[in-house]
Amino acid sequence: MSEPLAIETRQLNKVYGSGRTEVVALRQATFQVPKGKVVALLGPSGSGKSTLLTIVGLVIAPTSGQVLINGQLVVDGAHAKTDLRSYRRHHIGFVFQKANLIPFLSAIENVQVALQLNGVGAGKARGRAKELLKNFGVLERSSDMPARLSGGEQQRVAIARALANDPQVLLGDEPTAALDSERAKQVIELFGKIAHEQNAGVIVVTHDHRFLDVFDSIYEMEDGVLKERVAAA
Amino acid sequence: MNLAIKDVQHNVGRFSLTAVGIGMMLMIVMGMAGIYRGLIEDATLIINRIDSDLWIVQRDTRGPFAEMSRVPETLVYRVQAVPGIISAREFVFHTIQRQHDGKPLRMSVLGLSWPTDKGEWLPLVSGRPLARNHFEIIVDKALGFQLHEKIKLGKETYTVVGITSGMVSSGGDGMGIVTVSDSQAIQFDSVGEALRLERSARERRSAEVDIFQNQPQLVEQLAHPASELPAISSPAISAVIASLAPGTNIDQVQELIASWGDVSVFTKAEQEDLLLQGMVDKARRQLGMFRTLLTIIAAVIMALILYTLTLDKLHSIALLKLLGAPDRTILGMLLQQAVALGVMGYVIALVMGRQLFPYFPRRVVITNEDLLQLFLIVLAISVLSSLLGIWRAMRVRPTEALMG
Ligand SMILES: Nc1ncnc2c1ncn2[C@@H]1O[C@H](COP(=O)(O)OP(=O)(O)OP(=O)(O)O)[C@@H](O)[C@H]1O
Ligand SMILES: [Mg+2]
Repeated sequence: MSEPLAIETRQLNKVYGSGRTEVVALRQATFQVPKGKVVALLGPSGSGKSTLLTIVGLVIAPTSGQVLINGQLVVDGAHAKTDLRSYRRHHIGFVFQKANLIPFLSAIENVQVALQLNGVGAGKARGRAKELLKNFGVLERSSDMPARLSGGEQQRVAIARALANDPQVLLGDEPTAALDSERAKQVIELFGKIAHEQNAGVIVVTHDHRFLDVFDSIYEMEDGVLKERVAAA
Repeated sequence: MNLAIKDVQHNVGRFSLTAVGIGMMLMIVMGMAGIYRGLIEDATLIINRIDSDLWIVQRDTRGPFAEMSRVPETLVYRVQAVPGIISAREFVFHTIQRQHDGKPLRMSVLGLSWPTDKGEWLPLVSGRPLARNHFEIIVDKALGFQLHEKIKLGKETYTVVGITSGMVSSGGDGMGIVTVSDSQAIQFDSVGEALRLERSARERRSAEVDIFQNQPQLVEQLAHPASELPAISSPAISAVIASLAPGTNIDQVQELIASWGDVSVFTKAEQEDLLLQGMVDKARRQLGMFRTLLTIIAAVIMALILYTLTLDKLHSIALLKLLGAPDRTILGMLLQQAVALGVMGYVIALVMGRQLFPYFPRRVVITNEDLLQLFLIVLAISVLSSLLGIWRAMRVRPTEALMG
C-alpha cells in the first residue's frame, strides 16, 4: 500500500444532462494507478470508459468525487483545486483513437507546439520534437502536413506529442484502433515501456484483448461501474 | 512558432482571396475620400489660380461658379474707377454642352480679358497662351483634344493652341479657355435645331394673339434669332475681377462697391467658401454617407469571414485547449489574423488605388491624413470584427476535440 500513486480517483460520479435526458455515465468509480504501472480499461461501448479518462485527464469535471495526481488533490467535485489547463499542459499526455493532429501544423510542429506552450524555446523544442519523431520512426515525415500522413504515421506523431513534456500521467483512449495488429502491439508495448521507464501512470482504453499480458492490471467497466479483473487473462 | 502565420500559410489561397476582396472594398472607401478631396481641389483651383482680390457679380447671386451671374460689360470701367483698385477685368464663365464628332461635349468656357490676360498663368502642359483675339482656344487635357486640333463651336472653328492640366470646373467639366469676346460668341450661338424649335414655338403662340392676326407681317419678325431682336441688350459678362493696390483696406472697397445696388462683392476667401458650402458640401455629405456605409459593410463582411475562418478552426482550437493552450494564445492567434487581414486589405487597396484612380473621370486626391485615418479605421474594424469569432472560440470546450 505504500507504493506512490500516479493517479487516484475517489467515488467519481458523472451524470450527463438532467431529467428525462439524464445519463449516469460513472457510478462511484474508485481506483488507483501506481507510478510506473500501466493499466487497461475494458468494457462495452457506452459503459463510461472515455468519461472516466476525460475526468482523470482534467478535461471535464465529475459531478462528484475526487481526482488526485501524484498524491495532490486537483479536482474535488465540480471544483478545480489548481489551474487545470496549465496542469494538463505540464503533467498529462493524451492519445486518442483518432490522431487529432492540428491540420495547419506539420508533423514536427504538432509536437513542437506542445513543448512551446510550456515555454520551451523554439530551438530546443525543435530538437526534442525531432528526437521523439525519430524514436517513433516518422522523422522523415516531419515537414509533412497531417493530411499527407497515413493513419499509423499520424498516430505515432500524436504519441510523440503526448510524450513531449515527459508527462506523469499518460492516457490512451483506444489508441490502437486505427492501427494494424503489428503496429498496435508496438504501441501497447510502448505504453508499457513509458510507464516503466519514465515512472509514469498510464491508462489505456482498449477493445483489443490480444495484448492484455502487457498490462500490470486490468479494469473492466459495465454501465458506469468499475471493477478490477482479479485473475490474469 | 506563430500559430496565426502557420494557419494562414496552410490556407494561403483562401486568405489572399479574402484580403483582395477586403482590399477592393477598402479601395472604394479610400476613393470616396479621394473624390471629395478632388472636388475641393478642383473647385478652389481656378479661384486660386486666378488669384484676384475681389469678385464683383450680379446682385444677390453667388456667381459666377456656384450660380449664374450676369453683369454689364461696362461694369469693368466703374470698378476701375474705385480708389485702391489697380486692375479690373472681365470674367466670363459658363458651361456648354454641344455635339463634337457625334459625341456630346461638355465644356466650361472661361473667357479671358484680351489683351490684358492671355492666359500666361494657366498650368500649360503643352502649347502656348493665346496669341490672337479670336479663334484660338486652350483646353484642359480632361477634354481629350490634341494640340492644333480644330473644334467647331457654333459657326466658328477654334484651333487648340495649348493644353492645361487640372483646369476643371467644380462640376468636373474640363475647361476651354478663349478670349471674352469668343466666349460670348460661343455662349450665345445656339444650335440650329434649337433655333428652329424656338421659332416655330413663337409662331404657334402668335396665332393666339390679336396683334399678329391684324398685322401678319409681324410674324415674319419672329423668325429672327433672339439675339438680333432690338429689345435684347449687348451680351453680358459673368463677373468683374479686381486686384487691390497693396495696403488698401479691402473692407472699405468691398463696402463701397456693394453700395452700388446692382452688384454683390466677394473676397477671394468668400468666393471659395461659396463653392465649398454649396455644391461641394452636399457632395461631401453624400460621399461621407457612402463612406460610412461602406466601412460598416466592410466590417460586417470581415466579421463574417473571420467568423467562418474561426468556425473552420474550432476543432484545432478545442485541441489546443486540450493540450493546455491558455486562452490568450488562442485570442492572440485570432486577433493577429484579423489584423493581418485588415492590413493586407489596406495595402492592396493602396496599391490598386494608385493604379486605378488616375483613370477615374474626376480627380481623386489621396492625402496622407486620409490614409492614416483609414488605416486606424481598418485596425479598429479588424479588431471589432474578430470579436464574434473570438467569442465563439472562447466558448469551445476541449472535449469537442474528442468528437467527430
Ligand atoms: N457529452 C455527453 N452528453 C451526454 N451524454 C454523454 C456525453 N458523453 C457521453 N455520454 C453518455 O455517457 C455514457 C458513457 O459514454 P462514454 O463515451 O464514456 O462511453 P465509452 O465507454 O467511452 O464508449 P465507447 O467504447 O463507445 O467509446 C454513454 O451513454 C454516452 O451516451
Ligand atoms: Mg469512448
